[in-house]
Amino acid sequence: MRFGGTESYTERLERTVLRPLAGTSPAYRVFVFSLLAVVLWGLYAFVVQLRYGLVSTGMRDQVLWGLYLVNFVFFIGISHAGTLISAILRVTHAGWRTPVTRMAEMITVVAISVGALMPIIDLGRPDRVWHIVVFGRFQSPLLWDIVSITSYLTGSLIYLYLPLIPDFALMRDRLGRGASSLKRTAYTLLAVGWQNTPRQRKRLERAISIQAILIIPIAISVHTVVSFVFSMLMRPGWDSTVFGIYFVIGAIFSGIASIIIVMAIFRRFFHFEEYLTEKHFKNLGYLLLTALALYLYLTVSEYLTTGYKLMVEDKHLLEILLFGSNAPWFWAFVVGGMLIPAFLIVFRQWPTIPRLVVAGVLVNIGMWLKRFVIIIPSLQVPLMPFEFGAYQPTWVEWSITAGSFAAFILIFVILAKVLPLISIWEVAEESEKKETRPALPEAEAREKVRSLR
Amino acid sequence: MQRKEKGLSRRDFIKGVGSTVGLIAASSYALPRLFGQTQASEPRAAGDAAQARTRAWCMVIDLKKCEGCVTIDAPPQCTQACIAGHFVPKGQQWIQVYEVGMSGGGSYFMPTPCFQCENPPCVNVCPVAATYRDDEGIVLIDHRRCIGCRMCMGACPYHRRFFNWAEPELPPEAALARYSPLYPVPAVKGTVIKCMFCAHMLRDGKLPFCVSGCPMKALYMGDLNEDVASNGMEVVQLSKFLDANNAYRYKDELGTQPRVWYLPGHGENFRRHADDPRPFLKPVWSYGGTGYDYHPGVWPWGETTK
Repeated sequence: MRFGGTESYTERLERTVLRPLAGTSPAYRVFVFSLLAVVLWGLYAFVVQLRYGLVSTGMRDQVLWGLYLVNFVFFIGISHAGTLISAILRVTHAGWRTPVTRMAEMITVVAISVGALMPIIDLGRPDRVWHIVVFGRFQSPLLWDIVSITSYLTGSLIYLYLPLIPDFALMRDRLGRGASSLKRTAYTLLAVGWQNTPRQRKRLERAISIQAILIIPIAISVHTVVSFVFSMLMRPGWDSTVFGIYFVIGAIFSGIASIIIVMAIFRRFFHFEEYLTEKHFKNLGYLLLTALALYLYLTVSEYLTTGYKLMVEDKHLLEILLFGSNAPWFWAFVVGGMLIPAFLIVFRQWPTIPRLVVAGVLVNIGMWLKRFVIIIPSLQVPLMPFEFGAYQPTWVEWSITAGSFAAFILIFVILAKVLPLISIWEVAEESEKKETRPALPEAEAREKVRSLR
Repeated sequence: MQRKEKGLSRRDFIKGVGSTVGLIAASSYALPRLFGQTQASEPRAAGDAAQARTRAWCMVIDLKKCEGCVTIDAPPQCTQACIAGHFVPKGQQWIQVYEVGMSGGGSYFMPTPCFQCENPPCVNVCPVAATYRDDEGIVLIDHRRCIGCRMCMGACPYHRRFFNWAEPELPPEAALARYSPLYPVPAVKGTVIKCMFCAHMLRDGKLPFCVSGCPMKALYMGDLNEDVASNGMEVVQLSKFLDANNAYRYKDELGTQPRVWYLPGHGENFRRHADDPRPFLKPVWSYGGTGYDYHPGVWPWGETTK
């Protein structure tokens, strides 16, 4: 670091991004331990569930799935954050996404890891999970899920890791003398001998762009297949052909909302104001609005087509959904999860970032409720001549739910202290491009003139 | 040549490991078959030509004869016989009698076993092939393999599958039963269970518990291949019997092709009117405590019953 003189853009970038990795504050440690307490409490609830069986949940023969599957769809949903921001925007060369990419991809990896645990917790015999590997039948939508989710997790891990290599190398080179040997070895290993040679750079960029394209169809297949777990069953509300795309859009919708929240948090606590600007929030706000409009459209077409014909079972479903026991949740989703966020994005009365964060939080709560009213009411509708089913989640389910959310935040917060949250080399590259951009047309013009002569 | 003198070459090593693994695998496959128990279901009377024929089991339920056991002031006897015969966990009714409303305001009773569909949605969705259709057309569950994901329960459009939400409270005799998918006793915690047409009885040439337990003889067990059905009192020609009595299948439009036919009626053979005021009695269990209708609580909320 220079003394006296002003530091360059790259130096400042490195300093800002790497500072959080240097140490932990007492407040951070308190936060981590309180999260850990919640996770342990969730684990305790799971032990209770293992001991007594699923009888300790609110699920019974009629409403046979509950909060665990709601959480599963929710977490897999927000995992789409990464794909959209880092892959789709990379493929479409949206330059502004560079500082957001890393965080988005981290949301993806952590959300899939936590989400994938949910169906296993939901099993009656978690001790027999290995049967899926040994006796797996590809005819079952559940197996499609397992295949696509594991490939999504693998793909996302690779996609998170590849752009990290130059940053790992940077950290390896910048480690102070006081650094522990563990840190040094880890960063050296993870940097896989990166020396920033043109050849390495070319190869890395090639690998990243291949992975960016590969990950998009995998991500879309994941949420389509998650919806197939429901839409392959003959149940009112699930027996739908738009479910695949409905779930994909829903996933992207809640994914963008999650990114906005995560970005705002780290901007505030890690002082990323210079890199995560209002422009990023505004752009994501527009993306959120687009996803919201699409989701609204699909919601309307979904309920209008069944509600117009009103076949007996659909009628039962719509009655409990729109006016009956599930109406509070459904309308909370419509008003709190779609209408209010839409107003918050469109009308720019309040400052951008708090406004969009509130919208993001509302969307995420709304989308969790939406998953609840997708899964539970369909199971409540009687298939035989008997009364509607009832579902009241128990403390075990709420504790495991709380534990899973705490685990999500905990893993994220720990990763935030190990990995640089902003891709240093990509942002530096982006800023170089910006600086050289005005010169480019001139050079091109000169070139043209020369060729004309 | 030099390598061999050194001792173990890589090739030898791989060979050795391979053959050891192979030997272990082969013996783990063969040994239990040599010394282990043979399943009660598997052996059949050898050389008996009549028994060697492939059956296609089905059931015919004559609703003209089914009056929900209201005329004898008893809980449904088919369900009771099933419970007694299989140590059914409390709360599960593998054959359940529903009271169904009629157009004129009255009601009829509909006993519903598992319909043993020819195109079973439940079998399609099972991720581990724990539920399957055997060669006699009965949909069975292997409770040693079931992982308890409950996809099959979600898929069944007739709500004919039940889940063992906890370790069931069964009478001590249940522990003596020798488990097989044909006779799923005792019920296994965390797995799905249902009616299996008493496949263990059919193999022995006996009628299922519900058929022989029905005091009105409303239930007929049939074989589609032999075109015959019997309720224990009379033997009928299945195809003619179905046509003569306007048989239908429940939710036939779903394409599941159930193997249970209903002959429409409301118990009129026993002088039950559609608007009969006599109450339908729920089945009773002599064991089982609260069944699965409770939440076990460890601290902090304590045990609760619904």
